[in-house]
Amino acid sequence: MSILIDSSTRVIVQGITGREGSFHTEQMKSLGTKVVGGVSPGKGGTTHLGVPVFNTVADAVKATGANASGIFVPAPFAADAIMEAAAAGITLIVCITEGIPIQEMIRVKDFLRGYPQARLLGANCPGLITPGEAKIGIIPQRITKPGSIGLVSRSGTLTYEVASALSAAGMGQSTIVGIGGDPVLGLTFRDVIEMFEKDPATTQVVLIGEIGGSDEERAAELLARGTRLKAVAFISGRTAPEGKRMGHAGAIISGNRGTAKSKEEAFRKAGVTVAETTDDIVGLLR
Amino acid sequence: MKLLEYQAKEVLASLGIAIPPGEVARNADEAAAACARLGPVAVKAQVPVGGRGKAGGIKLARTPDEARKAAEQIIGMDIKGLRVPLVYCEAALEIEREIYLGFTVDRDARANILMLSARGGMDIEQVAEESPGSIARLYPNPWRGPLDFELTQLVFDAGLGDLARPLAALIKKLYRAIPDYDALTAEINPLVVTKTGDVIAGDAKLESDDNAAWRHKDLEQKYGAFIEGDPYEIEAKKRGLTYVSLDGDIGIIGNGAGLCMGTLDLVQRAGGRPANFCDIGGGAKAEVVENALAVILMNPKVKGVVINVFGGITRGDEVARGIITARDNLKMKLPLVVRLSGTNEEEGRDILKRNGIEPGVNAWAAAQKIVELSRVGIR
Repeated sequence: MSILIDSSTRVIVQGITGREGSFHTEQMKSLGTKVVGGVSPGKGGTTHLGVPVFNTVADAVKATGANASGIFVPAPFAADAIMEAAAAGITLIVCITEGIPIQEMIRVKDFLRGYPQARLLGANCPGLITPGEAKIGIIPQRITKPGSIGLVSRSGTLTYEVASALSAAGMGQSTIVGIGGDPVLGLTFRDVIEMFEKDPATTQVVLIGEIGGSDEERAAELLARGTRLKAVAFISGRTAPEGKRMGHAGAIISGNRGTAKSKEEAFRKAGVTVAETTDDIVGLLR
Repeated sequence: MKLLEYQAKEVLASLGIAIPPGEVARNADEAAAACARLGPVAVKAQVPVGGRGKAGGIKLARTPDEARKAAEQIIGMDIKGLRVPLVYCEAALEIEREIYLGFTVDRDARANILMLSARGGMDIEQVAEESPGSIARLYPNPWRGPLDFELTQLVFDAGLGDLARPLAALIKKLYRAIPDYDALTAEINPLVVTKTGDVIAGDAKLESDDNAAWRHKDLEQKYGAFIEGDPYEIEAKKRGLTYVSLDGDIGIIGNGAGLCMGTLDLVQRAGGRPANFCDIGGGAKAEVVENALAVILMNPKVKGVVINVFGGITRGDEVARGIITARDNLKMKLPLVVRLSGTNEEEGRDILKRNGIEPGVNAWAAAQKIVELSRVGIR
């Protein structure tokens, strides 16, 4: 088993005819992902990479029964693409696009409250992969291996780094989820860990966090309540300097949360092992 | 983009918010002339960071002579690493009370938060820590903005009920900065109530989202040139790189923000001090690597550079050839350590070695190697 995605997930790609969309659709298909269609306004009725193209997500869902979507459209159109997918009944929306204005994402988050069945991953994330079964996004299949470790991360390349180290050590993964590094995003560490907790195929989790925000602290609070999962966490940016801040508003609302120290302490208090470097993670899981 | 105070105030004025009369001065003569026209003024350093007052960047001047002296002292001074390019001379206010008013993005709530406090001024962060209850908060709906009754509640919650009408009207105007300018922060602290009962913006902070810069080209055109900053960061921005200057001597390039931050951590752990953060994104194309190296080598403090590239789909041999081309084009002589992994990584490492570049087996080994080579100072 796995979380969020498996070989039966029916996937469409929004922006399938673009350069990135095309390239990654082929990668997704080569792993065996069930890509059932694509969306590109004005190109409805054509076929691209062997799948039918539709003008809108609603048309695609009606014709293909798709339940998941990968979004590769340019930033100025991505927020609308997310809302379009939710309104069309898609239940897993994976937005790879980087650079969506934050105020648009705040409006998207508000909009999604009206579609509780829709789960958004990202934006600005590498997507997710269940090794050997299916993926949406850009995580290279080559560095993954089927197994029982759940991996959830805010950073793209650090995810690859850790996944390839795990795979090289013979430690496979149940599902790898890149939640993305934007300040306003969809699924959080806490959401994903709750799913891993319920997935019988997952026995251990690796969490790769970053400075800023308090999603890591919230995940630690959840793990502190008790978990069957063996957990290891790594926080990047412990030596990064404090941002060149202006105004007081940020400090008023965040207080002392958000530093690497606060996150590491929260994990230790929850009984989670904290890795000093990504190279240490493999050893700590043995 | 973080606007300077006088720029943020121009924006506030365009939204209908009252600001004190003021003039920008680029030198002492202009400051004296401004004071002659305006009367007693506050001479204020224009840099896009907080804490100017505490750093000595704001001085009161009653006469043109005092304004001249203040400007001489302030222009060119360094505030948190930024040179002050100009001052803003602003008519001094007869202050009755100081209010705090600010919008920002509350990333935990994934929403905009509006905060109002009767205890505005320099110590607002301390107020927030010691008596958070004295700051009233509202999360306005992001599609329609705050409604009148919500603002009435907010103003009374903040203990400012006697100013309910003028404050609610002013907050609605400030809120326009969000839809109109993609503001991430819009703050007035202090919001001054004068002895004559007027409500005026004593200071202003405005940050517009860089992700939305494409629809605010007017802001960049009008104000971009006046914002002085770190020269390397400015050059990096021109070349489309994500770059932050730090105060060490080891240049750092990585693909992906997390990997790059992780590399900083490793270099520090190995006893080195990073000179920068530079994320070149996925792919690690030769042209981008060359741009990144060019910016890093502008800094004379840099003694060595480490490049950490994790190529998922990218081919290691291509990345290696690109790095060599970049180094040769720039005639780089400093030590360079490259950690790369991905398809054809062994071939990539061979190519590097044959061309005199030290390949790191993993990120930790690469970090240790560059720290060692930078100390010796030879390749």
